[in-house]
Amino acid sequence: MKPGVLLSARQAGKAFMQNGKPRWACRDVNFDLYPGEVLAVVGESGSGKTSLLRLLAARLACDEGSVHYEVRSEQANETDGLTDLAQMSEAQLRRLARTDWGFVEQHARDGLRMNVSGGANVGERLMALGARNYGHLRQEALSWMQRVELDTARIDDLPGTYSGGMQQRLQIARNLVTQPRLVFMDEPTTGLDVSVQARLLDMLRELVDELQLAAVVVTHDLAVARLLAQRMLVMKDGCVVEQGLTDRVLDDPQHAYTQLLVSSVLTP
Amino acid sequence: MTALIETLALSKTFTLHGRGGLQLPVFSGINLSVLPGECLALTGHSGSGKSSLLRCLYGNYAASSGDVRIRHQGDWVSMSNATPREVFEVRRRTVGYVSQFLRVIPRVSTLDIVADPLRRIGVAADEARARAAQWLQRLNLQEHLWHLPPATFSGGEQQRVNIAHGMITNPAVLLLDEPTASLDADNRRVVVALIQAARDQGSAVVGIFHDDEVREAVASRCFDVEQHRSPA
Repeated sequence: MKPGVLLSARQAGKAFMQNGKPRWACRDVNFDLYPGEVLAVVGESGSGKTSLLRLLAARLACDEGSVHYEVRSEQANETDGLTDLAQMSEAQLRRLARTDWGFVEQHARDGLRMNVSGGANVGERLMALGARNYGHLRQEALSWMQRVELDTARIDDLPGTYSGGMQQRLQIARNLVTQPRLVFMDEPTTGLDVSVQARLLDMLRELVDELQLAAVVVTHDLAVARLLAQRMLVMKDGCVVEQGLTDRVLDDPQHAYTQLLVSSVLTP
Repeated sequence: MTALIETLALSKTFTLHGRGGLQLPVFSGINLSVLPGECLALTGHSGSGKSSLLRCLYGNYAASSGDVRIRHQGDWVSMSNATPREVFEVRRRTVGYVSQFLRVIPRVSTLDIVADPLRRIGVAADEARARAAQWLQRLNLQEHLWHLPPATFSGGEQQRVNIAHGMITNPAVLLLDEPTASLDADNRRVVVALIQAARDQGSAVVGIFHDDEVREAVASRCFDVEQHRSPA
């Protein structure tokens, strides 16, 4: 086992039953992710990107292989080493999911609670960890709203009154407030206007840098991968066809499918 | 003296799967080795594979066969066998690359772009910005541009941002792809002086210089990529 690995996928695979036969959504996925590294997963719709992300985040269980995570131990600055997610209890996984991990959904509505205010959305994870001091929670919410460039005057408004770009930024603040070490992102900029997208990407890039976050970002946009990720993984029909350094994969793609993907965009 | 960068029987062929697996051979069997303080100029007509060779040295292109080895913190790293993480580390600490075109990040100021490589090796923000300012000053980039993202800059201005970005950490291995192509005579002289200073400090430089005068001023040897051109 290599020292320092945060997340490790080993021959990980997920199958769905179709007409009594297994259909592999993704299969034989292998990689090690280190603290502070950003890995982009690219491929067209139906290639298994999102299934893989859900597998990594323990929202789905592996049917083959395994996913391991370096769990932070109760003592500060210590870890218990890599733990197979399949060996962890529901309670342990829940705790991981709301402290050490973040999950940014493609549709902000799926990741937000639409019936409570923006500020309450940011404070929720802290409250789940036992924070009760109202003044402190509000202060944290204000400071995170500023960091993701949200107008703090909107703190008491419901997320439904926010624009799409603002909702996405609120979702990011809500995830980062517990200082996770690993964030999963599913098409974080898809569906936003180009200018909103650029601003969000730039913000993500800075936060990842500043907080030394590790991230797995699913995207079909190669420019997003180039901007955010040091490494990338190209998926087709549930298989990883190519992986490596982002600029190497994009500038000198080896696999037929990656070449097609790169040559199909106007400016990768 | 040990070399800082070398290639062993390095070959590059592009395979175009979209064209029925068409093979585009670029070069083959390249052996080169660059010592500290040397500057190797790659020569050959356009299309002879100079830039491709430089990109292979940086790990931006994968070698088809053979290897690129870089002396990184006292050890040889094989770029063909290194993990992405190792290549990233070699680039962060050891290799500077000045490409022909600047890849701009939306909204990030020129000063921060130039300071970024220093930040990545742990230099504090204020100090990194101060040193970035010195480099931009030295390269005669007008001060009112420093706080703007370089997207709207002229070719020559962008090139100088690129040079500052690639050289600011005084990397042991410096790869330069036509660093003076869009510069006027004054700025060309500044860049020549910077390359000479890098050599004096013991960097190994590999570059493509179209301007004969620049090449004669900075290069200690030439390497004709044309000689290694693969038969098409």
